[in-house]
Amino acid sequence: MRVLKHPILGDDERERDAHILVDGKPVAAVTGEPIAAALLAVGIRKFRVTPRFGSPRGLFCGIGRCTDCVMTVDGQPNVRTCVTPVKDGMVVTTQAGLGKWEEEP
Amino acid sequence: MRKTQAAVIGAGPAGLAAAIEIARAGGSVTVIDENAKPGGQLFKQIHKFFGSRDHRAGVRGIHIGEQLLAETRELNVEILLDSPVYALFADRTVGYIHDGKEGSLKAEKIIIAAGAAENILAFPGSTLPGVMGAGAAQTMINVHRVLPGKKILMIGSGNVGLIVSYQLMQAGADVAALIEAAPRIGGYGVHAAKIRRAGVPIYLSHTVKGVLGTDQVEAVEIVELDSRWQPLAGSEKILAVDTLCLAVGLTPLTELAWLAGCEFAFVPGLGGHVPKHDLNMETTVPGVFIAGDISGVEEASTAMEEGRLAGTACAEALGLLDGPKAGELKAVIRQRLDALRTGPFGEGRRKAKESLIGLSGEGRS
Repeated sequence: MRVLKHPILGDDERERDAHILVDGKPVAAVTGEPIAAALLAVGIRKFRVTPRFGSPRGLFCGIGRCTDCVMTVDGQPNVRTCVTPVKDGMVVTTQAGLGKWEEEP
Repeated sequence: MRKTQAAVIGAGPAGLAAAIEIARAGGSVTVIDENAKPGGQLFKQIHKFFGSRDHRAGVRGIHIGEQLLAETRELNVEILLDSPVYALFADRTVGYIHDGKEGSLKAEKIIIAAGAAENILAFPGSTLPGVMGAGAAQTMINVHRVLPGKKILMIGSGNVGLIVSYQLMQAGADVAALIEAAPRIGGYGVHAAKIRRAGVPIYLSHTVKGVLGTDQVEAVEIVELDSRWQPLAGSEKILAVDTLCLAVGLTPLTELAWLAGCEFAFVPGLGGHVPKHDLNMETTVPGVFIAGDISGVEEASTAMEEGRLAGTACAEALGLLDGPKAGELKAVIRQRLDALRTGPFGEGRRKAKESLIGLSGEGRS
């Protein structure tokens, strides 16, 4: 959910100008915001599952240190979504385990 | 290889303040930061700061960040962003990565202002999506304008837990409760009163027993603690929340100081292992200074003063300021630091800092 109105910060008037694909589904996002923020805004919280037990993981530290929030982005695995900015046309995939490199398109 | 008189690692309040002092004294200074934007954690602090007018009290953190950035622009301070530092070599060369390529910067003096990271707490379910640092939640709501959850339980009644609870409500979330393992509130009474007035119950002597949920947080089980911090059987309560925020302290980010070969001391009151340093913020490695949370977790206002102190001492060591002038400037900053380290909260930090500086020798005045 987005915080569109705020008593101190005012209205958020940014346009959702970036269209990204998350596990094949279109998500409207703001260019430059972290991928994690764009996903939380539409209620997606499970970003990957662990290699051995398949347990779910999501955003934890939000400053690029814990690596819990990594996903596969444009074919590259283990991208820290809390510090990687959204670009129009990005393809984001829930990561299974350590992920794997995809072929260049 | 790039060259500079002073390299400052970290563009938060301490690093920017240090760089401003060096530039003001006429030195060349380069600030390096791994983030895409400068300001560290200042831009998520939308509340007004405490302290006196000298410390910009009553000004919101975001506006202090803007003021610091305006000063760095006026003084032509170079800031390298998106550049994580991975090495500090013995000849004071800083190794960093930018755009996938290695870079290096040869400096005469280095100031490490790397900050701190939030502590974690382990319990059944602590890895489920929806369990996160209070600072992470604060970044999401105040910087990125996204709510990390709708119904929130906060753990920890220090200032971070209290302030972030209030800010989550300002952003439109419902804070179900705040729990604290100690029998008393850790932060300022004024912050606790604000969230109590808003109807948030504060459970003292309570901790988390576990999080329930399959793919994300669905509920949290809390339990009361007795006077010996043991769970009281039968006192369990289940709170239906979708998010659990942890505000259980911070630990200095000291990796680069270890790499540089600094000697350390373990000071629990400052967040754990911290590099020994003297009254000039210089570590046991000559020419390597520290400032801000890496030298002991305190507040942004103290971080800025420490940055100014390290920057001024650095400018003196570079020969940019003569002894008497530098001494005068440093005395004023130290007075302001002492003023920030007063009261029931500051006093403990002042004593911890003094013991740390005592361990490191008197240093130059």
